[in-house]
Amino acid sequence: MTGEARAVGQPLARLRGLAFRHEGVLLTILVAALGVLALQSDVFLTADNLLNQGRLMAEVGLVALPMTFVIVTGGIDLSVGSVLGLCAIVLGYSWKNLGLPLEGAIVVALATGTAAGFVNGWFITRVRVPPLIMTLATLALYRGLAEGISQAHSVRGYPDWFFVLGQGDVLGVPTQLWILLLALILCAVALARTTFGRALYAIGHNEVAARFSGIPVDRYKLAIYTFSGFMAGLAGCIFVSRVSTTRSDMGTGLELDAIAAVVLGGTSIFGGVGTIAGTAIGLVLIQLLKNGLALTGVKGDATIVVIGTVLILSILVTNFVQRRQEGDR
Amino acid sequence: MATTAPQVDTASAATAALRRIVGSQEAVLFLAICLLLVVVGGINPRYVAERNLESMLLGNAYIAVAAIGMSMLIISGNIDISVGSLIGVLATISGTLATAGYPIVVAWLVPLALSMLYMALVGAIVAYLRIPSIVVTLGMLSILKGGLISATGGTWISNLPAGYHLAQMQLLGLPMPVCFMVVLTAAAALWMRYSAAGRAVYAVGGNAEAARLAGISRERTLMMVFIVHGLFVGIASVLFATQLSIIQSTVPPNLELSIITASLVGGVSILGGTGTVIGSTLAAILIAAIGSSLIFVNISPYWLRAVQGILILLTVLADLMRRRRRAVRG
Repeated sequence: MTGEARAVGQPLARLRGLAFRHEGVLLTILVAALGVLALQSDVFLTADNLLNQGRLMAEVGLVALPMTFVIVTGGIDLSVGSVLGLCAIVLGYSWKNLGLPLEGAIVVALATGTAAGFVNGWFITRVRVPPLIMTLATLALYRGLAEGISQAHSVRGYPDWFFVLGQGDVLGVPTQLWILLLALILCAVALARTTFGRALYAIGHNEVAARFSGIPVDRYKLAIYTFSGFMAGLAGCIFVSRVSTTRSDMGTGLELDAIAAVVLGGTSIFGGVGTIAGTAIGLVLIQLLKNGLALTGVKGDATIVVIGTVLILSILVTNFVQRRQEGDR
Repeated sequence: MATTAPQVDTASAATAALRRIVGSQEAVLFLAICLLLVVVGGINPRYVAERNLESMLLGNAYIAVAAIGMSMLIISGNIDISVGSLIGVLATISGTLATAGYPIVVAWLVPLALSMLYMALVGAIVAYLRIPSIVVTLGMLSILKGGLISATGGTWISNLPAGYHLAQMQLLGLPMPVCFMVVLTAAAALWMRYSAAGRAVYAVGGNAEAARLAGISRERTLMMVFIVHGLFVGIASVLFATQLSIIQSTVPPNLELSIITASLVGGVSILGGTGTVIGSTLAAILIAAIGSSLIFVNISPYWLRAVQGILILLTVLADLMRRRRRAVRG
């Protein structure tokens, strides 16, 4: 009896242990990196610099949160960078060319992002197009729409109040960092503490079983892809506000940054495992590595070498630890 | 009696085969290419002028060659996102060797060897350490891309020696890239269709567990398919490096996407196990033809990517519909 009970309880406990262990590995790397980088540069460990890094991190972060949901269900969303670009262009175009008030343009941009995500989710759930292919197609399509609408014209001259979103501070902290923090907390609670969140894990583990357990799989999946589009739209508005201009190539490669943060954070690309906390650590680690290395004189392009290495190594280490434990038992 | 039965069998087998060919992704792509040439050629005859057709094929043959390897990889249930960065790195290495005075053959062959070595490494991580290929190549993409730009600063390599430009040469009156594309597609198609190793790739991609029970080593098959993919990427990078008189030592933007798109539009299922390399080559040609056609029908080239996206969606949907119909039929 006890043996049986243990056998049932063990996989779950082990899984939870593993997730923590990966986050533990990451935290160790993070602290070590912080220490080394702080020794190398006087500027690195200052409030100004760290807050500024938070500002730069917000766009990837906003996209990485829904990406965690999506990857936990075993899916992927490669189109987020293109959705960001499309929303940025829609924002600029509907304000400048269609003459909407900027508030209206922001709403239109957010609606565009939501619609773009909905289209992804609809095809994935109703037509059963695999997520990788669907979002690869819309990666090209949405970027293409952005390029087609903009015809390579950029939009500038936004009113001052708009820049609060991307360049302003609230209580001494960058506005978008507040937005990111709020979104982070909401997503963390939703994933860990609600039926919805638990259902996402169930879908990622075994979609058929989840369906038979009465989980509205399609509705939930549709919801997370739509949410992903909305967040990309929000990130797009913040991006435009931060750099005070709109261009059709905005957000190119963003999907890879977001996926790197999520995967680095311990979310399994096969689904079923992952936490928002892990994603947050992954995000911070990538951003601080980028920044710290740049401050110590490494050129911007070489920093992404380090990120790639950290990504692969962290997964190798986790995998190695995991195997050792399986071997021990 | 005994002799007629096999005849009937061959006759019905022939019609079945015919139906299969007409309904195949390859046939659809081929018809789409013909239709495009006829329609756009009718609107603007300059589109089907020899010079345009040639430049269309020449500029994109390397994508088709890389897509052959990518198709094999996807059939085996893997993917390579780092391919665009790798081609950029290999082209730069090739150009650097050529300008440094090494024999031209060395400048052609070293990228091939390096590419296979690199893919052997990636393959080993995927096959033996069981890290998903999408994750490994995602990390590698960053490493290659960042490494290339920080090593070269994005400078252009010019002063390439005479005789280096393989892609500008001709063989039997045909441009070299087109020869490579045709020969490699045919060789790869035969290999995938008729060799035990080729069938093993399908088996591992379709059902790794069943393949293992049938005595196929997943690890060895994956190692092989990654190294073969490396060979094709190596050749593609040399074709890419030698097509212009300069080599821009940066990663061509979105190249991996173009290559993966060609494979997918060519009918390779992202779920693994099905697809052919002929389809991917035809798809690469179709995508090139569409890209080139926009200018001739007065559509702003800025819409190109949107058209490509719609194209991928349509082919994927057609593929899904066809599969579903087949599943219903039995």
